[in-house]
Amino acid sequence: MNTALVMFIGFIAVTLVITYWASRRTKTTAEFYSAGRSITGFQNGWAVAGDYMSAASFLGIAGLIAFYGYDGFMYSVGWLVAYLTVLLLVAEPLRNTGRYTMADVLAFRFRQPAVRTVAAISTLVVSLVYMIAQMVGAGSIVSLLIPQIGFSTAIVIVGVLMLVYVIFGGMLATTWVQIIKAALLMGGTILLSILVLAKFGFSLTEFFAAVAKVTGKYCEVGTLKDGACPGGAAPVARDFTQPGLYYHGKWGALSLMSLGVALIFGTAGLPHILVRFYTVPDSKAARKSVVWAMILIGAFYIMTTFLGFGAATLVGKGNIGVMKDGALVPNQNLAAPLLAEKLGGEVFLSFVAAIAFATILAVVAGLTIASSSAFAHDIWFNVVKRGRAVVDREQVLVARIAAAGIGALSIVLAISLRTLNVAFLVGLAFAVAASANVPAILLTLYWRRFNTNGMVAGMVVGLLASVILIILSPAVMGIDAPTAATKHLIQAAPIFPLDNPAIVSVPLGFLAAILGSLLTRARADGEQLYSELNVRANTGLGAV
Amino acid sequence: MPDPMPDRRPQPALDWPAIEAEPAFRDLVAAKRRFMIPATVFFVVYYFALPILVGYFPRVMERDVIGKINLAYLFALSQFVMAWVLMAMYVRRARDFDAREHEIVSRHTGRPS
Repeated sequence: MNTALVMFIGFIAVTLVITYWASRRTKTTAEFYSAGRSITGFQNGWAVAGDYMSAASFLGIAGLIAFYGYDGFMYSVGWLVAYLTVLLLVAEPLRNTGRYTMADVLAFRFRQPAVRTVAAISTLVVSLVYMIAQMVGAGSIVSLLIPQIGFSTAIVIVGVLMLVYVIFGGMLATTWVQIIKAALLMGGTILLSILVLAKFGFSLTEFFAAVAKVTGKYCEVGTLKDGACPGGAAPVARDFTQPGLYYHGKWGALSLMSLGVALIFGTAGLPHILVRFYTVPDSKAARKSVVWAMILIGAFYIMTTFLGFGAATLVGKGNIGVMKDGALVPNQNLAAPLLAEKLGGEVFLSFVAAIAFATILAVVAGLTIASSSAFAHDIWFNVVKRGRAVVDREQVLVARIAAAGIGALSIVLAISLRTLNVAFLVGLAFAVAASANVPAILLTLYWRRFNTNGMVAGMVVGLLASVILIILSPAVMGIDAPTAATKHLIQAAPIFPLDNPAIVSVPLGFLAAILGSLLTRARADGEQLYSELNVRANTGLGAV
Repeated sequence: MPDPMPDRRPQPALDWPAIEAEPAFRDLVAAKRRFMIPATVFFVVYYFALPILVGYFPRVMERDVIGKINLAYLFALSQFVMAWVLMAMYVRRARDFDAREHEIVSRHTGRPS
């Protein structure tokens, strides 16, 4: 019997018991969307960490560091520093002025249907894109670690479980799944880090001396092929402690900065993270959540260097992948699991596989609840029904149906996109969040002159700029070898040089929002509504 | 005027512009801004120093400091310390904001917040 399978089943059993318990406490809209605001700041800190640290951070970063050394660590840094934006500028005013969704805050001062609709669409785009990335990841990871389960089966299992949590247990079950996952992830990562350091006598200098013996090569121009650069130039060799193996060449530094913009601003615009702050009683608890989340997330991302460099030194880049027809097909996602196998055998590999599975489930459940509330609360209740009084039961029912629809859609999309290189989807989610949502959130909270036209213009331009630039970028356009396992969506040379569009699309989003406001008149009662928002955001007066 | 959030709990009617004009409220917002603006400018500048230095001056950043632990890695690690220190400073400062908020809220709701 496969140990990983046993651990998966154990995790599923525990979470289903929690879901059953939560389902008896999930009747009203406030309970379904926001766990009845009953989560403490400390618990929510763990849940935010569980909602945030996706498979991309656990398996992806470890893999990136194992393959490219230092450059992979740049993601880790940005993903923590991002929380300063959340802590200083967003979490508390959001908790004070909103109720269930990101659009609550955006629509506060403005014409309801227009702003609600745009904000809900942006929420759905960010969440769905992020969800597909997670699900495709789930499919490949689960099927690699437990060969008895195929790719599509794995996606269906993940999809059905996330729907069970969300539909029956609402935000309460989702929260506890995220807390348990965060505890498992932290525990597993600490254990792996200790085992890695033990191999080097707990000496950081010895560890880094070993890391510096691992080297990689790249070309200043073009891509490395069979150990040579185009035009006969000599490849540049770097060791793994040195920057440059991933970000180099003409656009390297700018790509790195663009990634930084997306990471440190995007987080404050991720709807599934923002709605977590509605689950606590007040803005002080929201602040406490961010503090605990920052402690956990920071500790975790520092440890990614032990996982990544550990895999690079102890497993070796050349051994990270799966054997197929007698040849090794490299797979970055396997760096952490293979490191675990090396250090603790099959049992530990299974443990790490179960953590990866729990990680994905917790994140997709959070995404499902954020998108179902955007659909049910924003579009259906506030736009279609124009905010007319609706009995709680009806709104919860609509949210559950929306969750089922979104879940089914993401399962189908994830299965049909299996042969695509979906790494760009996470980048796209962060870019849209940073370019469309963050200008809207910051300007509505801090700029009196902002108006409906500016909001709509900023969000539409931010959204379109991110999507169009990503489509033209090397993340989507590229020419693959016919043998590549996953392929670029468009087989042509990229038009936009940067992987991540944020350095262009975020300023565009802000510019459109500001110009849209300055070029059109504010509504007559805009001044008074800003006064209300300003007082509420800063004091918590009238907060629910 | 349509209620911007029709589904919220009924609230006592408050004169928002009047509260906004109160000295207590203006002082609160000013105190927050005195911390938030410099803190935000600082962390954004400190953070972007990393991709700029690593991206444009990799040869400087890869200088070894302790054994094979180089400047690039130490500077990246310092970002974590920076984030945590700024977080702790904000939490300390926020106690003062909380006290001011509490005063305003209890004055307008007639109950301790």
